[in-house]
Amino acid sequence: MAPFKKIFCLVAGLWSRANRPAKHLSIGFLTIGGFVAGVMFWGGFNTALELTNTEEFCVSCHEMGDNVFAELKTTIHYSNRSGVRASCPDCHVPHNWTDKIARKTQASKEVWGKLFGTIDTREKFQAERRRLAGHEWDRLKANNSLECRNCHSVESMDITVQSARAATAHQTFLFTGEKTCIDCHKGIAHHLPDMTGVEGWE
Amino acid sequence: MKRILINITTALGLVFYATSAFSDGTATLRQGTPITSEAEAPPITKEENTDVKRVRNYPEQPPTIPHQIRDYQITLNANKCLSCHARTRTGESQAPMVSVTHYMDRDNQVLATVSPRRYFCNQCHVTQVSARPLVENEFIDVEDLIKGEQ
Repeated sequence: MAPFKKIFCLVAGLWSRANRPAKHLSIGFLTIGGFVAGVMFWGGFNTALELTNTEEFCVSCHEMGDNVFAELKTTIHYSNRSGVRASCPDCHVPHNWTDKIARKTQASKEVWGKLFGTIDTREKFQAERRRLAGHEWDRLKANNSLECRNCHSVESMDITVQSARAATAHQTFLFTGEKTCIDCHKGIAHHLPDMTGVEGWE
Repeated sequence: MKRILINITTALGLVFYATSAFSDGTATLRQGTPITSEAEAPPITKEENTDVKRVRNYPEQPPTIPHQIRDYQITLNANKCLSCHARTRTGESQAPMVSVTHYMDRDNQVLATVSPRRYFCNQCHVTQVSARPLVENEFIDVEDLIKGEQ
């Protein structure tokens, strides 16, 4: 009972101090100082957040660098005729701020995984691959493949320059809203896990 | 002394033979590029992507793939080809179904899914590129052969 009482006294003491008007500091200092401190905190927070949204940051962990990033390198999203590259955060981090914060909060689980070595060997990664890929498929399915559409929009898609089968498929399934990108385009940037039981795969 | 002389003559003979083989116009894969320098890589050819079926050159020929298959994974885990060409998928994809022989084991027993021995599609089915043939092809279709005899 004693430690609980102690903590309560501490919290109550802090609250009463925070609740009391300032004795020596002027209201101007507190307002302007608070504003400046707020700007600095916000700027610092966003800069730090953006630092975690870079390819270098992702690949700095060998779990990413040796597995999924190595696989990306052979695909069209890494090297192509037009010279545009989609790197990790382009597909895996939402661009919209609230969605981004939500995803970053989820990613604290990934820090846990890193600390405890959940996928720190190739074998462990392969064993978890179906589950991890499933998370990304679910996310893209739920947001209607938003991260694909950040670059590939239906409005700017000229199906006359696509191959006949691509044009037909996009007209039949994409334009009608019957399917979303990820339904057909799984495994375009990484190796696939065991697809047994995944819809659309034999 | 005699042995050394024989060795030297053999070595000289070999060198002469090797140099004459390169200079007498023998067709080599290196196409005359000396062994000491690196040959220029041939240009990368374009994979045909017309979606138009090609005529088979003989009845049992595995049909060639008339579209690009870049990054289509055919692994232990996944087979992208079957996402369109498997029996159950053809309604949606309107792609030609994998031949029924691929659903049979080697005793001609029909199976529910593609037989494991037929699983790796591009062991037989390949795409075509817009490249000039390296050597002249004198293949004659059996139909033309029969017509020629009549």
